[in-house]
Amino acid sequence: MAVPLSYSFRSLWARRLTTFLTASGMALVVFVFATVLMLAAGLQKTLVQTGSYRNVIVLRQGATSEVDSGIERGKAAVVETLPGIAVDQSGETVLAKEVVVLITLPKKAGGTSNVIIRGIGKRSFALRPQVKLIQGRMPRFGTPEVAVGSSLVKRFKGLTLGSTISDSVRNWRIVGIMDAGNTAFSSEIWGDAEQVMQGFRRPVYSVVIFRMRDSAALDAMKSLIEDDPRLTLQAKRETAFYLDQSEMMAKFLTILGISLTIIFSLGAVIGAMITMHSAVANRVREIGTLRALGFQRRGILMSFLAESVFLGLIGGCMGIFFASFMQLITISTVNFQSLAELAFKFTLTPSVFFKSLAFALIMGLIGGVLPAFRASRLNIVDSLRTS
Amino acid sequence: MESPSNIVEIRRVSKCYHRGDLVVPVLTDITFDIARGEFLAIMGPSGSGKSTLLNLMAGIDRLDTGSILVDDTDITTLSETELASWRSSSVGFIFQFYNLIPVLTAFENVELPLHLTGLSKKERREHVEAALRMVSLTERMDHSPSQLSGGEQQRVAIARAIVTDPLILVADEPTGDLDRKSAADVLDLMERLNRELNKTIIMVTHDPHAAGRAHLIRHLEKGEFIP
Ligand SMILES: Nc1ncnc2c1ncn2[C@@H]1O[C@H](COP(=O)(O)OP(=O)(O)OP(=O)(O)O)[C@@H](O)[C@H]1O
Ligand SMILES: [Mg+2]
Repeated sequence: MAVPLSYSFRSLWARRLTTFLTASGMALVVFVFATVLMLAAGLQKTLVQTGSYRNVIVLRQGATSEVDSGIERGKAAVVETLPGIAVDQSGETVLAKEVVVLITLPKKAGGTSNVIIRGIGKRSFALRPQVKLIQGRMPRFGTPEVAVGSSLVKRFKGLTLGSTISDSVRNWRIVGIMDAGNTAFSSEIWGDAEQVMQGFRRPVYSVVIFRMRDSAALDAMKSLIEDDPRLTLQAKRETAFYLDQSEMMAKFLTILGISLTIIFSLGAVIGAMITMHSAVANRVREIGTLRALGFQRRGILMSFLAESVFLGLIGGCMGIFFASFMQLITISTVNFQSLAELAFKFTLTPSVFFKSLAFALIMGLIGGVLPAFRASRLNIVDSLRTS
Repeated sequence: MESPSNIVEIRRVSKCYHRGDLVVPVLTDITFDIARGEFLAIMGPSGSGKSTLLNLMAGIDRLDTGSILVDDTDITTLSETELASWRSSSVGFIFQFYNLIPVLTAFENVELPLHLTGLSKKERREHVEAALRMVSLTERMDHSPSQLSGGEQQRVAIARAIVTDPLILVADEPTGDLDRKSAADVLDLMERLNRELNKTIIMVTHDPHAAGRAHLIRHLEKGEFIP
């Protein structure tokens, strides 16, 4: 009962230059939209991969990040003795008491940025199997030796094997370079927790991390820790913790992206509107003919809307195509929650793909509404008279 | 009940256009009948209201007073939507400038009105091929309008007009844009449709050659038929 769809896309093809230019305008907006969402998705993915499902992170009650958490030695010792913590072959609990501090380092690109130094325990590497040494050796405990994440080596000055990082109290010697794939640990410096606490005059740990013997027993572990009035601590599954860490930033990026692209999209929508308007103006006699042949107003409306949505589809596919190349790029930014630099990749997830495509189709739809409505309201006799 | 011998009955039809404050009467109190199977030519000077009258019979324009019955249906009482679907099944249009859709092939142009029917793709193909055979353009069906001559385009348009087997064919200056030879071909075709398929044809024309092919010529002047 409807005007065949081939009429809509052949008409787009018939004026392909205009179609291409209009679609390009839309593609640009979709590119920006997709890129920002890919940024948020990449950040989220990096932080989520950082956590492990079997690990529990213990923080001070009310702390929202490792940096603003603090756990006294006595409390940490209590956590250490809790039942339910996994034990390795040597009979020791898989648990690390860690301290997290920020130091400022000069970047290769100029300026400075905060970097996390994580004071680690003997089991820290075992708790994060994704962290691998790729050069040099492990820092020895009891010495001011550190291993540096590979993302930091790329972006910060002077972080090479054998060189030292100086802060007010101590010189930290770089003896190893570690890689933790696409996780936040690739943007950290690791050294002995006791050394870090002395060096930065921190009397308390930041977090206690342990592996659960039974990863399903989270609730039991949680209540053991959180219901003990002496401790005033909270426990979270590590994956959930890192997801929370990314939430604020991802939300911010998404809101920024959406508001930015809504402003841009006005231009693209107006472009589509002008294109569709002239399409209608140039095809008045065709429209009159279709109406005379018996096509309903609604059919004409749908036909021109379809044409405009096709236009959006082309723009959307172009924009997403170009945005997908952004996945080759690694960028770094300051994570709001930890205030530390974090490197991650633009990630084109199915959700980003469909959101971007929907965005493009909606732009096409909005741009087409007025022209399509006008087309459907044309007087048949008048439109047949036009040449 | 047998079908009435008149396929079109025009009863006291009047219509005027408004230009600003000015009221321009185009048709005044017209009453006449068109017999089933008629080939009628309407002639008259420019501005006499020929096209307006034809458009009213074809259901693409609205009258002020009076009524028009086509095959006993009073089309003046139909709503916009009803009128559109009535047109799709009852009227075949032949225009002066053919009005083919340039982005569709000859086949697709002829198929267009069939999208408004419940026919399957296969049935549509059979109808289109039959219509194109009628106008002797089967081998050109994959060509686009721009690849066809004016006469060929008009024959495709005629195929499009007859493919739904309508009650009436309306043609407004069907040869107005054609050379003598193509015009003669188109008129031959229309004569055949009238004679062999018993199609009722109402044709508006300035061309005495074209009008000569019709069985009946009526002259319109200043909105009224003259005897
Ligand atoms: N939409 C309109 N608005 C105002 N006047 C109109 C309109 N359509 C037609 N007219 C007027 O109505 C009169 C009759 O028009 P119509 O097109 O029916 O004439 P016609 O006999 O077909 O003329 P022609 O031989 O030139 O095609 C003309 O004076 C024309 O100017
Ligand atoms: Mg006319």
